[in-house]
Amino acid sequence: MSHLASRHLLGLEGVSKEDMTLILDTADSFREVLDRTIKKLPTLRGITVVNLFYEPSTRTRISFELAEKRLSADTVSFSPSTSSVQKGESLRDTVQNIEAMKIDMVVVRHKSSGVPYYLTQCMDANIINAGDGTHEHPTQGLLDMFTIRRKYKKLEGLRVVLVGDVKHSRVTRSNLWGLKTMGASVALCGPSTLMPYEVERFGVDHYTDIDEALEGADVVNIMRIQLERQQAGLFPSQREYTNLFGITRERLKRLNKNYTIMHPGPMNRGVEITSEVADSDQSVILDQVTNGVAVRMAVLYLLSGRKKEEGADND
Amino acid sequence: MTNKKFDLVIKGGRVVDPALGFGQDAHLFIKDGRISAIESDSAEMSRMLKTLDGDQVIDASEKLVVPGLIDIHVHLREPGREDEETIESGCRAAAAGGFTAVCCMPNTTPRIDNQETVKFVQDRAEGASARVYVVGAITKNIEGKELAEIGDLVKMGAVAITDDGHYVQNPDIMRRALEYSKMFKIPVCQHAEDQYLVSGGVMNESFQSTRLGLKGSPAVAEEVAVLRDIALCRVTGARLHIQHISTRRAVEAIRQAKREGVNVTTEACPHHFVLTDEEIGKEFNTNLRVNPPIRTKEDRDAVIEGLVDGTIDCIASDHAPHSEEEKDCEFDQAPSGMIGLETTLGLVKTYLVDRGYLDWGDAIRKLTSNPARIFGLKGGTLAVGAAADITIIDPDKKWTIRAEKFRSRSKNSPFIGWKLSGQVYKTILGGKVVFEL
Ligand SMILES: [Zn+2]
Ligand SMILES: [Zn+2]
Repeated sequence: MSHLASRHLLGLEGVSKEDMTLILDTADSFREVLDRTIKKLPTLRGITVVNLFYEPSTRTRISFELAEKRLSADTVSFSPSTSSVQKGESLRDTVQNIEAMKIDMVVVRHKSSGVPYYLTQCMDANIINAGDGTHEHPTQGLLDMFTIRRKYKKLEGLRVVLVGDVKHSRVTRSNLWGLKTMGASVALCGPSTLMPYEVERFGVDHYTDIDEALEGADVVNIMRIQLERQQAGLFPSQREYTNLFGITRERLKRLNKNYTIMHPGPMNRGVEITSEVADSDQSVILDQVTNGVAVRMAVLYLLSGRKKEEGADND
Repeated sequence: MTNKKFDLVIKGGRVVDPALGFGQDAHLFIKDGRISAIESDSAEMSRMLKTLDGDQVIDASEKLVVPGLIDIHVHLREPGREDEETIESGCRAAAAGGFTAVCCMPNTTPRIDNQETVKFVQDRAEGASARVYVVGAITKNIEGKELAEIGDLVKMGAVAITDDGHYVQNPDIMRRALEYSKMFKIPVCQHAEDQYLVSGGVMNESFQSTRLGLKGSPAVAEEVAVLRDIALCRVTGARLHIQHISTRRAVEAIRQAKREGVNVTTEACPHHFVLTDEEIGKEFNTNLRVNPPIRTKEDRDAVIEGLVDGTIDCIASDHAPHSEEEKDCEFDQAPSGMIGLETTLGLVKTYLVDRGYLDWGDAIRKLTSNPARIFGLKGGTLAVGAAADITIIDPDKKWTIRAEKFRSRSKNSPFIGWKLSGQVYKTILGGKVVFEL
């Protein structure tokens, strides 16, 4: 099998094990390319990709831009915060204008959940979700899985704990769908006010005691805590958060021996993670960043390959 | 024409009038805009009917003949948003949906919180294809701060008050509104949703909101609001009407309050007894964004139970037109509301009557005599002498909801494409046909 079931990547919910494996396997070969002196491939020559970032995210945008350039795509980056949106133009009009300039793929980041799906209704381009509201961030989920798989050579049977503001984290959702499909066991941990409603229906364990959550885990993936949640009354102070949930060297004793520390960034050092942990040998935080380019190359390549075929639009 | 004995005869239909306790085949005679007689079939009657002109007679065989339906919760958007709906277009939609009377909500621009706006709406409604009753605001500018001039509003013809779209958050203001309204014997209607608990939610808080990453509005926001208002209603002895009830525990709270004799009534909307929040699915369809939100299966089933056991007195559409442009956007940016006047009857038939929850008599009662009683309106009956507001229903007619068929200026319905059974055949207002299929 060399094609994905859908010509868009809107989320990892509902993506099959075969499709995720295909993406991860493809990323493996691109990951090797990144270690070569000449890192460029002609694969997407002639394809135009628009990076549509309604919400600022320097690292995700740069990662996508690099992935596109490594594959020789023509790329344009567009941050509507300083343009038409301020003039009151609707999202549909904005993207239809962009599409009229003859583009092939759109990478979209937006503060509203569901926008990538909405774009599939507005335009013909392949849509890649680069993070929508508190819904999904599929390429982050994939790169997290890719990073874990490179270290353990498998995902099945591993226990992954996601710690922090799991309620508002799109990374959590993508990780959760992806890891479960791939046969890993997932646990969530954070203050009860930052736990998603009816989270048990995802079929995951959930904890408010970090030490319990970490017991026997292989991977800890730490989600960012935002000050605005404290202002919204969801927890009393960053200080108390750190005391209750901060990942310190001490707490890691409960993990399995060959454990891994992850963080999708940007980190609040000293709040959700100590520098000692972030910079330790077990931390793969910078590998995640490198791997992100390879995974995004794989996604771009696989979706663009679909584009040249007619019919079979099955999302 | 005046020398004619009758202006219109509806012959051979099955007359269903819960107010009269009437459910049998009969002919209905109309004269001067009123019902002048209901006669059961007989040989003599058949002979007499044969002598009438064709245009005087509506053949209603195989049809149901019911009092004109009454919707006590609609938004007509005029004044202010005539691009979404006008009183005229809203009334055409009402007629197409079998409604001969609608009660319009005050959250227009400007608000209906003074006599001039009441008068404006009434003037605009003159000659429209449905009767329009005005519901005034509880508080000035619907800000929840100071009581509107409720006495003035009632004097001008307002039949009830509500700050619909907003919950009267301050309990003391709500208490005063209930106390004050007693003088005028009108119900105080409440959009029951504690704003602090809603906390910016854009859909029901549930596993579905968790999945979709949309901000959830919890059912407890409604329950808390309903329980508070029941307590205030109990202590003031006023009349409270809870609008668009949508949660299991809110239905239970009203059931309990009624048992205790508290003077509370409530209504349910088709979308709350037909849909669940799973419908939002992966498509983030903004036409499914409503306020209060579409809830879980348990809530929906509780609303149906409430309709069955009489806890929920009536069915209202909460017809809320929004332009295509406004709904064509991100889910959390879309305005709340869906249109409902033209789909309510078919949904009631298909989802309540056909499934055995309500018989036609009960369904019609919740669409006619009950709303009339709660808001103190004339109508809702086919009694001799009553205005000839009549709806004729083709009870088993299969049809598909089509956007291009809507008379409403807006098309924001999630039911487009749905197949229903039971359609309005003719709507008669004051003896005149205002809609025919
Ligand atoms: Zn309302
Ligand atoms: Zn309303």
